[in-house]
Amino acid sequence: MTTLTLNSLQKTYANGTHAVRGIDLEIFDGELTVFVGPSGCGKSTLLRMIAGLEEITSGDLMLDGSRINDVEPAHRDVAMVFQNYALYPHMTVRRNMSYALQNRKVPKAEIDRRVVEAARILQLDELLERKPAQLSGGQRQRVAMGRAIVREPKLFLFDEPLSNLDAQLRAQMRVDIRKLQRQLRVTSIFVTHDQIEAMTVGDRLAVLNNGELEQIGTPMEVYSKPASEFVASFIGSPRINIVSGEVKAGTLHVDGFELPGFSQISDQPVKVGIRPEDFVLESTAKMSLQIDLVEELGSDELLYCVSPTGLDYRIRRPGGSGHKVGENITVSVISEKLHLFSSQSGKRLN
Amino acid sequence: MPQIAIIAVFFLWPSFEAIQLSFYLEDPWGLSNEFVWFENYQTIFEDPEYVGTLIATLIFSLSVTFLSLGLAMLLAVQVDGLLRGGGTYRPLITWAYAIAPAVAGLVARFLFSPQIGPIYDLLNPDGEPPWFEPALDSIDAWVVITSGAVWRQVSVNFIFLLAGLQSIPRSVLEASRIDNPSGFSRFWSVTFPLLAPTLFFLMVINFSYAFFETFAIIDTVFPFGPPAGAASLVYKVYVDGFKGADLGGSSAQSVVLMLFVLALTVVQFRYLEKKIHY
Repeated sequence: MTTLTLNSLQKTYANGTHAVRGIDLEIFDGELTVFVGPSGCGKSTLLRMIAGLEEITSGDLMLDGSRINDVEPAHRDVAMVFQNYALYPHMTVRRNMSYALQNRKVPKAEIDRRVVEAARILQLDELLERKPAQLSGGQRQRVAMGRAIVREPKLFLFDEPLSNLDAQLRAQMRVDIRKLQRQLRVTSIFVTHDQIEAMTVGDRLAVLNNGELEQIGTPMEVYSKPASEFVASFIGSPRINIVSGEVKAGTLHVDGFELPGFSQISDQPVKVGIRPEDFVLESTAKMSLQIDLVEELGSDELLYCVSPTGLDYRIRRPGGSGHKVGENITVSVISEKLHLFSSQSGKRLN
Repeated sequence: MPQIAIIAVFFLWPSFEAIQLSFYLEDPWGLSNEFVWFENYQTIFEDPEYVGTLIATLIFSLSVTFLSLGLAMLLAVQVDGLLRGGGTYRPLITWAYAIAPAVAGLVARFLFSPQIGPIYDLLNPDGEPPWFEPALDSIDAWVVITSGAVWRQVSVNFIFLLAGLQSIPRSVLEASRIDNPSGFSRFWSVTFPLLAPTLFFLMVINFSYAFFETFAIIDTVFPFGPPAGAASLVYKVYVDGFKGADLGGSSAQSVVLMLFVLALTVVQFRYLEKKIHY
């Protein structure tokens, strides 16, 4: 059983930069949590604080109930997969994987057993006597995984482990990591800036922005009920449509239309988020748009439209519908599918 | 082509002259010479003074190499930690790189001078009779020459080692911090092997520096000549050739030195370029 608890964790650098501004988070046993956010949001710093590579300015980091803020990285019982793999270039694959175990005085027979087992799982059997320079990017990535697996740690940390691979291999490794983590049931944290990777890999997503936690939840929770305008626009591809509007006496006024049914929201200016797939094409609908560009994606197509007031909308439709540029369409949106955010704080209102 | 002409005039021609001279016995005024085959070589290797100088030079060169590399390593490892934070210290630490061997020799001469040298006073606290007397004792003289040479070389080695340390990827060192709790063991199992190419290169460079280029240090520390047994091979070539006017013997010694250079070059290319490479 492993649980990791972050209590208002902060990181301030000597030059005054606040990389992490007080994060509270609990990571449950056997779960894969993804830290996702744009570059510079503090996700990697947070991971490195958990690994012990970065000092914690304030707050508590608790692993299984004991505070590990000042515990040396090697004594935290965590294993990390680095973005550039960080393999030891002068050691063979076998040595790379056994190095940590040798330092922990694990008996030789046990080391051999674990290395062979990890090599089997990761299909590295043939490569054990090679040096990292003789391996391809994907193979190095697997060795880095193997080095983490043989440790049998309490916690796996992945720091953008797939960003140096080509698109095809990345998709494959994404699936492999997911399966492996399910199989081993090791509590894991995975850092990425790629929201698709985050959605597909994680049990839960922690969306970070500017050193703060915007939202934590399952991929579907984060997608269908984004807690802020930032989360709404960061998660989801193609991007959500965000337009300005206003709530007056329970009615939403947006882009010349009026939608009733928002009585729980007090009168204020709002940002309205509409997912591209939430538009319904109906000949009787009131909202008229002109198609500016059609992007054929095979199974889907993306219509870039302009409203009479000059606002841009992205609409996602099943592929092969035969829409042409310049064509006028009429659409409607179900009020329940709208995401309303405060204009001031960006927080969700409905 | 101009490069080849320069090499021919300044390198090949003198080398050829030296090889030619080493086979002749010439009278001190250069009026007559006699072709004597390998007699000059036979003479120098039968001369216990030459063999002694050869051994002393080898010991000296190895001492300079290991002392200067060891000290530089110690400094570089300390500074590496600092520089990974910020980068303002480097010029402060590397200024000694700009020091010529002759200046290093002068510094050593002043430091160890019987009249004004603080280190001389430190080593001879009781005054008479002096325990440490580099002007008379060959081992003491070698200590002075070695100090000068090491002092000069430490800064050069420091720069290379620091560059070597800094080129080790940060993430590899971080991975080792997660894998290995002991900093000492981390250094020997990760940092040191990754620094090995740099170290091997520096060993060759330092050895050849100590072996061939310490003439200036010896000549400045001992303007009237070092005590017997405290000359390097290169210094002896100069003394025998220009002061002793034994051009043939001196040339034979030069040719022996050339063979050493050749051997070092072979070592450098064979092992340095190929073996230690990841």
